[in-house]
Amino acid sequence: MTKIVVDGVEVDVPADYTLLQACEAAGAEIPRFCFHERLSIAGNCRMCLVELKGAPKPVASCAWGVKDCRPGPNGELPTVVTKSPMVKKARNGVMEFLLINHPLDCPICDQGGECDLQDQAMAFGVAGSRFHENKRAVEDKYIGPLVRTSMNRCIHCTRCVRFTAEVAGTGDMGAIGRGEDMEITTYLETSLGSELQANIADLCPVGALLPKPYPFKARPWELTKTETVDVMDALGSAIRVDSRGKEVVRILPRVNDAVNEEWISDKTRHMADGLKSQRLDRPYVRRNGRLAPATWGEAFAAIATKVKAAKLERIGAIAGDLVAVEEMFALQQLLAKLGVKNLDCRQDGTVLHPRFGRASYIFNPTVAGIEEADSLWIIGSNPRKESPVLNARIRKRWLRGNFPINVIGEHADLTYATTYHGAGTDTLSDFAGRAEVTGERPLVLVGQGALTRGDGAAVLAQVVKLAQGLGAIKEGWNGLAVLHTAAARVGGLDLGFVPGEGGLTAHQMAAAGALDVLFLLGADEIDVAPGAFVVYQGSHGDRGAHRADVILPGSAYTEKPGLYVNTEGRVQRGDRAAFPPGDAREDWAILRALSDVLGAKLPFDSHRALREALVAAHPHFGELDAIAAGETSGLGELAEIGGTLDKAPFVSPISDFYLTNPIARASAVMAECSALHANRLRQPLAAE
Amino acid sequence: MLEDKDRIFQNLYGFGDWRLEGARSRGLWDGTKGLIEKGKDWIINEMKASGLRGRGGAGFPTGLKWSFMPKPDAARPSYLVVNADESEPGTCKDREIMRNDPHMLIEGCLIASFAMGAHACYIYIRGEYVLEADRLDAAIEEAYEANLVGPTNVHGYPFHIYVHRGAGAYICGEETALLESLEGKKGMPRLKPPFPANMGLYGNPTTVNNVESIAVAPTILRRGAAWFAGFGAKNNSGTKLFCISGHVNKPCNVEEAMSVPFRELIDRHCGGIRGGWDNLLAVIPGGSSVPCVPADQIIDAPMDFDTLRNLKSGLGTAAVIVMDKSTDIVRAIARISYFYKHESCGQCTPCREGTGWMWRVMNRMAEGRAQKREIDMLLEVTTQIEGHTICALGDAAAWPVQGLIRHFRPEIEKRIDSYMANPHPEPIRVAAE
Repeated sequence: MTKIVVDGVEVDVPADYTLLQACEAAGAEIPRFCFHERLSIAGNCRMCLVELKGAPKPVASCAWGVKDCRPGPNGELPTVVTKSPMVKKARNGVMEFLLINHPLDCPICDQGGECDLQDQAMAFGVAGSRFHENKRAVEDKYIGPLVRTSMNRCIHCTRCVRFTAEVAGTGDMGAIGRGEDMEITTYLETSLGSELQANIADLCPVGALLPKPYPFKARPWELTKTETVDVMDALGSAIRVDSRGKEVVRILPRVNDAVNEEWISDKTRHMADGLKSQRLDRPYVRRNGRLAPATWGEAFAAIATKVKAAKLERIGAIAGDLVAVEEMFALQQLLAKLGVKNLDCRQDGTVLHPRFGRASYIFNPTVAGIEEADSLWIIGSNPRKESPVLNARIRKRWLRGNFPINVIGEHADLTYATTYHGAGTDTLSDFAGRAEVTGERPLVLVGQGALTRGDGAAVLAQVVKLAQGLGAIKEGWNGLAVLHTAAARVGGLDLGFVPGEGGLTAHQMAAAGALDVLFLLGADEIDVAPGAFVVYQGSHGDRGAHRADVILPGSAYTEKPGLYVNTEGRVQRGDRAAFPPGDAREDWAILRALSDVLGAKLPFDSHRALREALVAAHPHFGELDAIAAGETSGLGELAEIGGTLDKAPFVSPISDFYLTNPIARASAVMAECSALHANRLRQPLAAE
Repeated sequence: MLEDKDRIFQNLYGFGDWRLEGARSRGLWDGTKGLIEKGKDWIINEMKASGLRGRGGAGFPTGLKWSFMPKPDAARPSYLVVNADESEPGTCKDREIMRNDPHMLIEGCLIASFAMGAHACYIYIRGEYVLEADRLDAAIEEAYEANLVGPTNVHGYPFHIYVHRGAGAYICGEETALLESLEGKKGMPRLKPPFPANMGLYGNPTTVNNVESIAVAPTILRRGAAWFAGFGAKNNSGTKLFCISGHVNKPCNVEEAMSVPFRELIDRHCGGIRGGWDNLLAVIPGGSSVPCVPADQIIDAPMDFDTLRNLKSGLGTAAVIVMDKSTDIVRAIARISYFYKHESCGQCTPCREGTGWMWRVMNRMAEGRAQKREIDMLLEVTTQIEGHTICALGDAAAWPVQGLIRHFRPEIEKRIDSYMANPHPEPIRVAAE
């Protein structure tokens, strides 16, 4: 700890603090543009200048370390002044320089109301301008479908450049020219190639980079802000949903250091328009081969007729990827009351199963734990597509150095250097057979690409063996990390939403002739063979709805409160930001009403009662934002599972990052991104 | 006046042979091994005792700089980087050294590298110096062939030397921008601290020195620190290359003792001021980045760091730009402002935005198309740039304008008055509209 005096207040701060951090610790506010906590220090905006006693010039507090300060001539503590005339003049000067070439177009700028430049000009600037020359004009650049540019407004803080270089790892952005002719752009105005690119619009302190799908739509102060969690991947990023009336206008990241820091993927952010299209807003019943609008009563009656006619072992239910824990719990209770044993939450066919203990299906080391790991094995996964934000965390660890990353599976560009060993099970079993303890905290990341195959159980056994061999599973560190692709999966496995004794798995249920009645709770990623009577409950008219005989319109994740468990096993609460359209209802309420019609009335009449029942049955759902640690004792048994291994290479379950779920597939923005990405893969870069 | 026997640069004008043979005949590479055998501490102490101050402009004591280098560490090799990116308008001393006596620099590199434990030296040469880079390359090749440098050279100190050509940016003459450029990045100055002596080239301890500072080192060591310290005033010792350009009868590069009076320097070497001493208007004594000094103050001033600093100017690189009364001083400074606007790297706000602003106002003032109150505004703008940037380019851009306003405010006001009294018959053209 180092002592320093800021504005007469003595503070004791860690020696690796910068002056800016020390000033904040002392309660002094320091304006800044280029400085960002999660990016490297550029020190170029010069807004954070403070007076350091003894230094001849004002110093940039963001870049000056506390340990770089020298004591006074008589051993006094280093003294920083943030309110002296010198500092005030420096700030006024820098603000004036920033504004001389910044257009006065605040009234038509989307950043208005949340603009750092606007706020700081009010707080630290002067009222008038002494600049009477012409302002600089800069051409706007095309940098992709997600970020709109208005380069006249750019203040060259280089946050976007540093983000793409450091966090995203694609290095798309840079500056050309020098001096006042410097322009921020991508190489030849190609579109950005990162799955995290939209974050640069958040980072931009001015209105130079703005979200392209959100032009001139709303002012920030007229939006209702709801804090919730994301369901586009299994990471469960913390998000804030901004809505106006019924409409979700945009989605922004929230800070959650344990999960997403402050980044979210492009899909999380920009599938918001998908919440408005292809919505199921009334029940439908298939009559004469065509889906026809119906009332809730007609729909329930149609279901009741079929359920009563069918034998119990010919009834089944599959829960989808985006559903909340409460709905799965309600459905599970309903099925139990009816006596149905065919239920599954694993529509992708993964072999993960609660009987081996929670440690066998969660990301045990936790996302934040990636930063403590000292080596990484990636097996059958492409984390860049399956969870881009988590991939950024791996990259962050890799940037610190001494972090060998080994890959078995797809040989993809993950934005960091890896050692590629092989594509499939041969390589895996070879390494599993001869793994040696390496380092203190090895991390073995296994993706669904390795586990959804026919030989998934045998692969998982090999993975556990590898982890054991590497010394990854021990007291105080469990390095076995299962990366899920579905937000609902861990919650479903926690509930035990898997086939009962003698029950069928999701793939068996979907097979031809297996069932008479199949209930799909938001399950769209599975092809149900013709034959069964399919009830689809969900929010979007997607694959499941097309196959359905009865459609029950549910709500999307922004329209209902609900619990989600992320891939680490962290229980998080989502909240309602808007209401479902038309006749659509919250999913638990639909199931509650249906249970009445089926003669198996569920014992809760409010969401609160449902959640109480859920927590009573599974106490760990009551511990929000906490991770109930997985019991590792089942892993030994798991490692012993034999089975023949298929020689086929591992393939990531996500072929198109932008179109993985019904909401994303309904989004025009995601469709554009997907087409662009496919194009990029096909064509070599021009002009080279 | 400096006698011929005391000149360090014996082949400054290229009358002799620049190759190894010629260099040897002038005493270069003589007893280098003996100097090295005397040890690092002796070299550094001798350099400190000589009072040599960095010849690149800032005037930081060279021996002291060398002593900042940490102890050699196998994991973090030390580097010597020679700043041969001589781009300051008016300055052309390093060019002559590299063109006519490249071995002087190479020998200096070896000794300096030895003194700070560096086994590799990079010479970052200005890209426009084609002939000089070629000569330097050829000289290095000769030195390798003669086994004067190399992994197993006759001096017993493994040493490699490389030449890297710049791509034409003034800012790459700033030591940290030079290191960035040398690493293959965009030439933008780094934040300090950490200083290059701790985190320089490739994150390793590095010392960046000017060509002249390095080139004089062997001679100083051979002839003794006391000899070198015997020239010039206290704290300003030694001999120095002056590059005198502008309105003198015979512009030239010349080696003189420090603290030589300006009048003597001009009279003896340049044939006097064009039109006589009464015709002298002002002098920029240290390259374009230092403020100008009006005639009456400079004429009898000794040319050294401290005197010129007291005149609110600086010795800089000793590029003396002489302006007689035919000079349009406002336009001259406006042109310098344009240079800095053009060469600003664009990293920090005050310099990026301020240099353009200054240039535009200066341009109008050169015509007289301005208000008198704008003079004070301009002065304030310069103070908002000065000292608020990462590197000294902001200062360098501000100083000439400050010097102009300090000494020639009546000239600007006269210009404004005459423009007001006699408006231009043609409409004022506004650019880019």
